[in-house]
Amino acid sequence: MIPAAFEYAKASSVEEAVKLLGKYGEDAKVLAGGHSLIPLMRLRLAQPKALVDINGIKELDHIKEDGSKLRIGALTRHVTLQNSNVVKDKLPLLAEVAGEVGDNQVRNMGTIGGVVAHADAAGDYPTIALMLDAEIVTNRRTIAAKDFFTDIFTTPLEADEIVTEVVFPVANGPHKYIKFRRRLFDWAIVGAAAQKMNGGWRIGLTNVGSTPVRAKAVEEALQKGAKPEEAAQQASEGLNPSGDLRASPEYKKHLARVLTKRAIEQAG
Amino acid sequence: MAITTMIGAKIHRREDPRLVSGEGRYIDDFTRPGTLFLSVVRSPHAHARIKSIDITAATKAPGVVAIYTHKDFAKVIAGTMPAAPAFVAEKKQIPPRFPIADKEVAYQGEPVAVVLTETKYQSTDAANLIEVDYEPLPAVMDLEHALDANAPKAHSNAPDNVGWDLTYIPEDANVMKEADVVVKQRILQQRLAPTPMEPRGVLAEYSRPDASMTIWMSSQNPHFIRLFLAGALGIPETRIRVISPDVGGGFGSKISPYSEDYLVPAAAKLSGRPVKWIETRTESIQTTTHGRGQYFDVEAGAKKDGTLVALKVTQYLDIGAYVGTFGAFQACACLLSTGAYNWKHVSARTVGILTNRVPTDPYRGAGRPEATHLCERMIDLLAEAIQMDPAAIRRKNFITEFPHTSHFGLVYDSGEYEKAMDKAMEIAGYEKLRREQEEARKKGRYLGIGISSWIEICGFGPSAGTAPATGGIALVESAQVRVFPTGSVTVYVGTHSHGQGHDTTFPQIVADTLGVPYDMIELRHGDTAEGPAFGYGTYGSRSLAVGGMAVHKASKKIVDKARKLAAHIFEAAEEDVEFDQGHFYVKGSPDKRKALGEIAFASFGAGLPEGMEHGLEAVAYYDPSNFVWPFGTHIAVVEVDAETGAVDLQRYIAVDDCGNVINPMIVDGQIHGGIAQGIAQALFEEVVYDDDTGQMKTGTLTDYMIPTMNEFPLFELDRTVTPSPTNELGVKGIGEAGTIASSAAVINAICDALSPFGIKHVDMPASPDRLWNQIKASRGASHNGKEARK
Ligand SMILES: Cc1cc2nc3c(=O)[nH]c(=O)nc-3n(C[C@H](O)[C@H](O)[C@H](O)COP(=O)(O)OP(=O)(O)OC[C@H]3O[C@@H](n4cnc5c(N)ncnc54)[C@H](O)[C@@H]3O)c2cc1C
Repeated sequence: MIPAAFEYAKASSVEEAVKLLGKYGEDAKVLAGGHSLIPLMRLRLAQPKALVDINGIKELDHIKEDGSKLRIGALTRHVTLQNSNVVKDKLPLLAEVAGEVGDNQVRNMGTIGGVVAHADAAGDYPTIALMLDAEIVTNRRTIAAKDFFTDIFTTPLEADEIVTEVVFPVANGPHKYIKFRRRLFDWAIVGAAAQKMNGGWRIGLTNVGSTPVRAKAVEEALQKGAKPEEAAQQASEGLNPSGDLRASPEYKKHLARVLTKRAIEQAG
Repeated sequence: MAITTMIGAKIHRREDPRLVSGEGRYIDDFTRPGTLFLSVVRSPHAHARIKSIDITAATKAPGVVAIYTHKDFAKVIAGTMPAAPAFVAEKKQIPPRFPIADKEVAYQGEPVAVVLTETKYQSTDAANLIEVDYEPLPAVMDLEHALDANAPKAHSNAPDNVGWDLTYIPEDANVMKEADVVVKQRILQQRLAPTPMEPRGVLAEYSRPDASMTIWMSSQNPHFIRLFLAGALGIPETRIRVISPDVGGGFGSKISPYSEDYLVPAAAKLSGRPVKWIETRTESIQTTTHGRGQYFDVEAGAKKDGTLVALKVTQYLDIGAYVGTFGAFQACACLLSTGAYNWKHVSARTVGILTNRVPTDPYRGAGRPEATHLCERMIDLLAEAIQMDPAAIRRKNFITEFPHTSHFGLVYDSGEYEKAMDKAMEIAGYEKLRREQEEARKKGRYLGIGISSWIEICGFGPSAGTAPATGGIALVESAQVRVFPTGSVTVYVGTHSHGQGHDTTFPQIVADTLGVPYDMIELRHGDTAEGPAFGYGTYGSRSLAVGGMAVHKASKKIVDKARKLAAHIFEAAEEDVEFDQGHFYVKGSPDKRKALGEIAFASFGAGLPEGMEHGLEAVAYYDPSNFVWPFGTHIAVVEVDAETGAVDLQRYIAVDDCGNVINPMIVDGQIHGGIAQGIAQALFEEVVYDDDTGQMKTGTLTDYMIPTMNEFPLFELDRTVTPSPTNELGVKGIGEAGTIASSAAVINAICDALSPFGIKHVDMPASPDRLWNQIKASRGASHNGKEARK
């Protein structure tokens, strides 16, 4: 429960952070909310040589409405998203999802940039980002969500690349996220999201594979007029989830179908 | 006539302001000048031979002062760690256990080496540099096959894996024939990790000049630890002081001595500097003793009218790699398996099995939750088999005559089982719930109502019954009461409060017995340098019924002496002196009275009666005449989502009877925590090992699922009061009751909910995936059934 020794530096701008990352090289890590990184370090599953703390970079903490887009700074905490009137108004699904991440401590510290950069298959925002075609903006480039979550804990981010924003489309039609878990503050065993958008449905799934999943087959079936129950049968198509202590692959696939059905039915 | 004022008063715990504002003092809050930090290098294997230990790199690491292994400790620690006979006097095999492994490791987490460094961080770094070369050996992980002839052995030089095999009451093959229905069930009790909020920790300081050892330790019974350490370290008890300050939870896991309890003081002696070790959370889950870890094969028979005929129980208990000091205590599950009922015939056998897991030992309830769970499950299975309401079959068979001598010779002191059940059913609205259940089923919703009528043996215990079980030390209890010249009072007790609220309840007793204001009474515990020569610690819901009685007895000795002195002062005969609410007076002249404080002052002055010693203090040891037997009925209401297997625990009703109540708020608090822990077993917690590799898979609190308040409904509590005839206070224990009752209530409710699927039994934890699989299998089965019939 004691991390290995590391160096620590605090950046006050993105440029400074990038410079520090460059200085420490491959073995350095960005420190945002610390709620994924520090648990790994405590167990010595991660042993970065240096941490570059970005918590002092004010410009990364913002929520901006930009026409049909919602630009969310990487350092925006879960609690801010959960309570933001702009988010509640323009993308209520995201505010609701934020309210279901972890517990109060996690929501007070954890950031959206940290979640996407960490790319945990059980992370909730990646599902929303993927299904809504969000973009991940870094100090260098803009990456479409579908190209960003490439594998578990794996993204195209370079060692000295920093996520600065996540850009979502505005969508405030019927929506629902159902996060199936045993304890209120747990990660999703499986999560299913439904969002009505531009006359169609967007359906996303959490923790049913190494990356978030967009259930296109379900979306198409709904488009063709299938009832939620029928369409949801497609939710497990092509899934190959791994089993863990909480759920077997088969059970996860079953949950994907049931939760998808319920998310569509309960979307409001 | 004495008017009871403090006993029964619902007052706030006086320890809480300190504890909730962060002013508690736990082991890691203590430090001594020059303290070294100790890290333990542990076996990553469940079973392996140690080929070599290379400390070269670690020795050179920054801050390393010493590295010790078995050969170093063998010089300062004598003998092996104790295993008490408990309820299983004749054991077949007690593998010798030294606090640190020599040639062979037998469970994941067994200590292999320790590192002492100047700082805490350095010790973890250096520990990672010690290279141990292991030759992995086959591990015994599968309890069901551990006794097979070709099973691997938990210890390579052992003949087999049998720790014990004891038949309490042999089976009579004929008795089941008297039953109209017979049900059989295998019932699992998964391993649980006690996970106290404060993990274990030890700080030890050896003083060379006076050859004495002071040890700060998170323990439930410091006196026992001192006794064990004195023997092992060759230091007389008089020169060992064990201080167990605020303890952040124990739940039974801080009763027995652990490896580190020997290694840390020994390292202090070897190094000549104070040494501190604080357990990490993973170490806590991995190496602190586990609870439960058993399965039972049970058979029960009844007549068509619900009369219970016979119960046959075999317990298979996963001892772990070594016999826990009080591990065999869990065999009491057999002795309590008949529960609150009259059974015509009973047979019971316990088999203790050695495996390559960390040892099991008492965990809140220790054997009694297992007993309640199996008994209450079998009652429901019988009710189902004869189509009788679960409440009705209980009512028909409750024990009603007290004292009641059980098949095992135990004497239940008092009870009114039906009254508690009636009250619980009334609060629950039982009939209405049954109607709601029926309506819901029509709509494809699955409500379930589960009853658990529990009993408990606690208040350990009478000397005749307990001395043989510990190997000689009777579990009586001691107290010392000192009245100071100003009339303030300090009470020293041998029990240890770590959540039970003794700081509040014991002074409540003394306030009434001595008639001294509650605020003038101080309770001290947890330091072997204070109070009577020996204290017996806190576990087995014993502190009030035994320790509280010792306090009461010592207080009465004070009154007796003070009365003599008062008579002398009043120049009256002792028989003529009355004592009422803290004041002495001569019969008929209550206005000329003297407070106990005034008598106390006089006791330090001149002119005492002939032969009377100065001062006003007393020591008492209390040996109860019997155990005490609390009871009650809990009712759980659940809805199971048949599509996902998720359980929604909607209501939880508990009516408990612990005899007279000293402080209702504290009793309710104990029940709350207990219920939560039992529900945790029913729905959430389980230590999981990989059966192939022997590796624990639940080594963090992400994977070892402890529920929080979010997962519980508001508990609806009430009580009945049936005083215990066993002690003058009329009290019974309540520390474990909630845990003893609640797993059965929840599982019975789930089985009730799923009965339309033909599901009769569900094992713990009743996780959604487990239930979904069972529902799916039963749907498949009924589907096949239909096909077959066509
Ligand atoms: C008990 C608990 C429960 C949780 N439950 C959930 C849950 O239900 N759902 C969920 O989604 N999450 C959950 N989390 C995770 C939580 O949301 C974390 O906050 C999040 O995963 C990581 O965000 P962070 O800001 O804490 O990142 P950190 O832990 O600081 O960093 C995580 C990783 O991302 C990198 N990183 C961080 N920010 C950036 C950036 N701007 N640019 C580039 N790289 C960056 C870091 O270098 C590191 O590798 C839980 C965490 C805990 C401790």
